[in-house]
Amino acid sequence: MNNLIAAADICTHHGIEYTFINSLSEAGLVKVKVVKKNAYIPEPELQRLEKMIRMHQDLEINIAGIEAIVHLLERVEQMQEEMRLLRNRLG
Amino acid sequence: MAFIDYYQVLGIDKKASEKDIKAAYRKLARKYHPDLNPNDAEAHKKFQQLNEANEVLSDPEKRKKYDQYGEHWQHGPEYEQARQQQQRQQQAGGFGGGQYSGFEGFGSDDFSDFFQSMFGGGSGARGGRQTKFRGQDYSAELRLNLKDAAVTHKQTLTVNGKNIRITIPAGVENGQNIKIAGHGGPGTNGGPAGDLYITFIVADDPIFKRNGSDLYANVKLDLYTAVLGGEVTIDTLDSKVKIKVKPETQNGTKVKLKGKGMPVYKKENHFGDLYITYDIQVPVNLTDKQRKLFEQIRDEAKS
Repeated sequence: MNNLIAAADICTHHGIEYTFINSLSEAGLVKVKVVKKNAYIPEPELQRLEKMIRMHQDLEINIAGIEAIVHLLERVEQMQEEMRLLRNRLG
Repeated sequence: MAFIDYYQVLGIDKKASEKDIKAAYRKLARKYHPDLNPNDAEAHKKFQQLNEANEVLSDPEKRKKYDQYGEHWQHGPEYEQARQQQQRQQQAGGFGGGQYSGFEGFGSDDFSDFFQSMFGGGSGARGGRQTKFRGQDYSAELRLNLKDAAVTHKQTLTVNGKNIRITIPAGVENGQNIKIAGHGGPGTNGGPAGDLYITFIVADDPIFKRNGSDLYANVKLDLYTAVLGGEVTIDTLDSKVKIKVKPETQNGTKVKLKGKGMPVYKKENHFGDLYITYDIQVPVNLTDKQRKLFEQIRDEAKS
């Protein structure tokens, strides 16, 4: 089983409201696990979540913007992988 | 060490207000933020410059100092004075803080030499580089040659003074990434450590060209074997094989040697193929007798 990190801890250390994580979860951008009425984030999700927190805090991007960016980034990463394979083939 | 025009970095003029600086920084940060530019070293560098410019210009004291010495920072008494002042500040704990030297992860190396000579170490990057909970992810490159990439082996890496032993599975490709969980920077406030990402750089081989798990090579074939048929010995990645050559083999003929390519990544006992292309060698420095014999063949072919 993955380590679970209390959402409350993440909120404290990043200075965010839980509603932010909840909105991301509703948008399907992060997995939240509820155990005994407390919200937890599986550790492997933390990297993604913190990235979205930075987008929100450092760049003032709202949830809708983050959602669009996350999807575009996935495409960018796929394309980078495809380019890598093609470049290797060109030698 | 070169002077850095922080106003130019942010694309603003010297009279810019604090608000202008903040707006310019935000605008450019949205463009170059590492989270929005995966695997883009150029953008990461730009973002560091942005942070540095913002660090100086958004801090009234640093901005004043920077404006005062400007491009002449290195000349005359101002530089000397700045240097002494900087030393005093470091001794007094000034902005140098504890990060001036030997701070692992981020800190001093996020700032240019110019910045450090003028201001000492950074007072902790603003604008997003700071990790508050989960540790920083590290990335490293590992260089292999093609023959190394063809076998599974273990390698010890030193990351932040700790040795970790990793297994490099046979068949890794150039540019391929693996994640080693938990071997990045330590977390803060009880957060988990970051991950270590290793990118494999597989060097081009002088003989074998690779496409996925297939290999391609040119093999020289003398004219006589090509015309009359025979055998040729071919170097594969790890050994030699003898193969039969059909009579009247044309230049550029391709032959597939099944299973003599690279191992397929994480699929045991699966191998790609080796494709060889014959490069027929026309004899040179013929003796008179050889020339005559070729003339005979030519005349024979004409009739």
